[in-house]
Amino acid sequence: MQISCPNLEIQAYLSIRNTRTGRCCFRFMIACSNLANRIIQTCPAYPVNIPHKNLKADKDDLILVFGKGSLHAVSGIDGEVLWRKDFAGESSIEVSHIIQSTDKIYAAGFVGSSKFYVYGLNADTGKLLKDDHTILPCDTFGELLSVSGDKFVVLDKMRSKILTINIKNGEISYKQKLISDLIKDSSGQAVILPSRLPELFALRIDSHVLTIKVTNEDDLVLVDKINNAAAVSDALSISEGQHAFAFIQHEGSNIHLFVKDVNDWNGDLLKESIVIDHQRGNIEKIFINNYVRTDRSYGFRALMVMEDHSLLLVQQGEIVWSREDGLASVVDVTTSELPVEKEGVSVAKVEQNLFEWLKGHVLKLKGTLMIASPEDVVAIQALRLRSSEKSKMTRDHNGFRKLLIVLTRAGKVFALHTGDGRVVWSILLHTLRKTEVCEHPVGLNIYQWQVPHHHALDENPSILVVGRCGPSLAAPAALSFIDAYTGKELNSLRLAHTIAQVIPLPYTDSTEQRLHLIIDTDQHAYLYPRTPEAIGILQREFSNVYWYSVEADNGIVRGHALKSNCIHQIVDEYCFDFRDLWSIVFPSESEKIIATVTRKSNEVVHTQAKVMTDYDVMYKYVSNNILFVANAAPKATGEIGTATPEEAWLVIYIIDTVTGRILHRMTHHGCQGPVHAVFSENWVVYHYFNLRAHRYEVSVIEVYDQSRADNKDVWKFVLGKHNLTSPISSYYRPEITTKSQSYFFTHSVKAIEVTLTSKGITSKQLLIGTIGDQVLALDKRFLDPRRTLNPSQAEKEEGIIPLTDSLPIISQSYITHSLKVEGLRGIVTVPAKLESTSLVFAYGVDLFFTQIAPSRTYDSLTEDFSYALLLLTIVALVAAIFVTWVLSERKDLQEKWK
Amino acid sequence: MTTTQNHVVLRKAKLARIRKQRESMEKGKGVMGSGGRRWAVDLSDNSTSRDIPDPPGFSRASLDQDDSTLSRQKKDAESNWKAQKAWEVAQAPLKNLLMMGFMMWMAGSTVHLFSIGITFSALWQPISALQSVGKIFEPYKDNKVELLGPKLLFIALNLGGLALGVWKLNALGLLPTHTSDWVSSLPPAQEVEFSGGGVNLG
Repeated sequence: MQISCPNLEIQAYLSIRNTRTGRCCFRFMIACSNLANRIIQTCPAYPVNIPHKNLKADKDDLILVFGKGSLHAVSGIDGEVLWRKDFAGESSIEVSHIIQSTDKIYAAGFVGSSKFYVYGLNADTGKLLKDDHTILPCDTFGELLSVSGDKFVVLDKMRSKILTINIKNGEISYKQKLISDLIKDSSGQAVILPSRLPELFALRIDSHVLTIKVTNEDDLVLVDKINNAAAVSDALSISEGQHAFAFIQHEGSNIHLFVKDVNDWNGDLLKESIVIDHQRGNIEKIFINNYVRTDRSYGFRALMVMEDHSLLLVQQGEIVWSREDGLASVVDVTTSELPVEKEGVSVAKVEQNLFEWLKGHVLKLKGTLMIASPEDVVAIQALRLRSSEKSKMTRDHNGFRKLLIVLTRAGKVFALHTGDGRVVWSILLHTLRKTEVCEHPVGLNIYQWQVPHHHALDENPSILVVGRCGPSLAAPAALSFIDAYTGKELNSLRLAHTIAQVIPLPYTDSTEQRLHLIIDTDQHAYLYPRTPEAIGILQREFSNVYWYSVEADNGIVRGHALKSNCIHQIVDEYCFDFRDLWSIVFPSESEKIIATVTRKSNEVVHTQAKVMTDYDVMYKYVSNNILFVANAAPKATGEIGTATPEEAWLVIYIIDTVTGRILHRMTHHGCQGPVHAVFSENWVVYHYFNLRAHRYEVSVIEVYDQSRADNKDVWKFVLGKHNLTSPISSYYRPEITTKSQSYFFTHSVKAIEVTLTSKGITSKQLLIGTIGDQVLALDKRFLDPRRTLNPSQAEKEEGIIPLTDSLPIISQSYITHSLKVEGLRGIVTVPAKLESTSLVFAYGVDLFFTQIAPSRTYDSLTEDFSYALLLLTIVALVAAIFVTWVLSERKDLQEKWK
Repeated sequence: MTTTQNHVVLRKAKLARIRKQRESMEKGKGVMGSGGRRWAVDLSDNSTSRDIPDPPGFSRASLDQDDSTLSRQKKDAESNWKAQKAWEVAQAPLKNLLMMGFMMWMAGSTVHLFSIGITFSALWQPISALQSVGKIFEPYKDNKVELLGPKLLFIALNLGGLALGVWKLNALGLLPTHTSDWVSSLPPAQEVEFSGGGVNLG
């Protein structure tokens, strides 16, 4: 059994996997926090490794987990939380270590970087028994490492000293020693490796790893020096007094795995070398686990955590299983079409196909005659799966097959096939790998860079990945361009400027590369691709390109326009200055921006008019340049329950981002966030909490253009003398009217999205990611502001539902069915080519993909439609026509002879 | 063989022709039944009998005169009859109209297969009738018969039927008489300006 704990920025999960198959036994979500959570686990054996034998039910299999200021005790058998101890009230301690004796637990950790605390707790109940704290002589660097039971080591801030802390029965004492006393010619920065070895710890300095022994008197003694070591495992107790540990050495693409006895440095218990796909990057962590071979010697298997957050289990020099756990931390998603099916197949392929075809038929025949062996059955199933239309690597007529291109937190880009979810290609971007210059690279976003339509046969689409060295805005940025079919990196740029925003413009050049504006933090806009043609296109549209920035902390929304080329020492014609056009400053004492949302740029709207029951027309205000802003009262920005209804309110704005005009403003009194919203066509739907009603609410606002409403003369339309389709400007100041309505909603929500279809004719469904990690499809009809208590007959015919105070949750409309998308974080919808269908991808720790048809598949026949019957009917009809024609001719002739 | 006999045969043939016409009209085809006749002998040519002297007491002149008055009378009767028939034919769509009105009333005002079928047949019948006005009145074509009146009535009645059909179509809401019918397919207007942006990438 192994516990893997990818420490995501937003959430962490604890899962127990079977080492034989890599399958999950159980998972436990830990309270989410923006801070990195700590996962600590103690059991009778060494941490993190639970020996295989202990799988049997044992009360002492207590898993202790610290998250969000409290310590949870989780049963290792079924994942049940036995008790929890909240430290939030006492001090802001970050518990990093647990020392467990028979009935006592000591929780140790830092407050700040120099105050060290120890709490003694009852193991059964979690009751506080005693506590102690001390202030260390210097600030510390990095993590505290437990060496043996009650001894800890930590580096000081300058990384020149090692502090040894000892907790004996909850009393704290410490010692310090200079690193230069241990090793003479050290120049690099020292790091303590987080490997738990008995009485030992590993210190990385330059490319070496030093193993240092902590004596009983808390003195430090250098034991060994390993060159080119990548990762060191924790020690594993294999027999009485014998401890083994593993470390990894890189040598080109080969990886050497060594298992050594802690007390015997000369011999190796195991030495294996394996080849690992270089797309997995370096080995970040290694865990070992032992088994007894038939000859009674010890064998070892090693679990490796790779740079791309994938897991590998290695045994006897081979990878037994691997799992792409990096996919649990998807950052951004885009889609790409698959290659067009090419005419003509090579001869070799035909021959192979013929053989395959024959083999497949023999297998199928075996299957039908019930003489297939279990292997054959597996082969038949694999064959069926492979030959099924769903998983083909070519574009289909209905546009159901696509590539989902996801960027993960580890900086790896995966292309997933929507048919069967397999990884088509994956690439660990070197611009997002940890290097000396770029210590904490983060992948930010992924954009469609080039989508060829005219040359779809011979050109591949490409995508743009935007990354940055570190979470701060001032960190230097990098761009990578990836071929969407092959996963090859076409180009990569380390940018001289920073990235604050990336704006895909609605213009493409002759090679169908989309123009992007990158705004940096120094008030410059940079145009990509850097070609003269792109400059030409931008110059043409220069006065029509605007952009806006939302400063959530200051409560300001600003609008900008491009002005002129940058004034630098060197002339850069791809760089532009911009001027501020307008700004909206929200009163900071009463409003704080908590959510903004805008329309999807790829959304297609079919019509600008909404027809009422009495054939009257309302003109939708459809604009790409509208921004929805939700502001909460500053006191009510915390969690629900921290503010009273009197001091909480929610102010909603709809803003034109070209002119800065506030089109609509509305206040919900006694309401607070979090606000989740979605903007589509001319309406916005948002979800918030009503403190007075103690319930969640969903509101809808529909925006209509009143200034077009006088286009009522039918003759004008008959003669085509109207100007409803001529281009409009935001400066034309349309008159806006809105209709809105609010409803109660049972669930709290993690994400809201709306279905997109290729032509925008199909009615819309809202996709709501519920707190139960499911996706609920709710018809937009339920959120129609025209709903009344008693709709007239005509309104009923139109499909207006009688008004109810809360939105119904129909359990059949969960598109995830009985499945859960654990840790749901986002939903992405993509239109299929078939108008009725929309593709939905939900991601969290799990990934979920399906296709939905909000108005049923009205434009295609169902899968079980009998084409044979249709054909038969046609043939029969043609035959009948022919027969009756002959008969009538004959009768006519007889008539004539009479 | 005498001329009287000849005349009798001639009249018989004429009557038969009229009967046939009537039959064909009743069928509503309005086409002469010429296809039914396979052969004919013209007995009216009595030039051969002129060489033989008339029997005593026989005055050819009086017979000729008598015959001409008889045929005039006959012709008058025929044209009267034709005019009467033409008026009858012209009034026929009225019945149709009433029938259609009743069926439309029965069909109701919601759009479904039955109501649409009835409406379209109500539209099609007058149109096809109007197209074949000439053919319908062809049998009654005569120098003496005034066909304009019946034709006008026929056309008016059929136009009435057409109007009824159109009215029904409108009642079903299938005519684009509302603004909504013209606007609902209009795509949204393009925007001159483009604006993008948002919160800084975190």
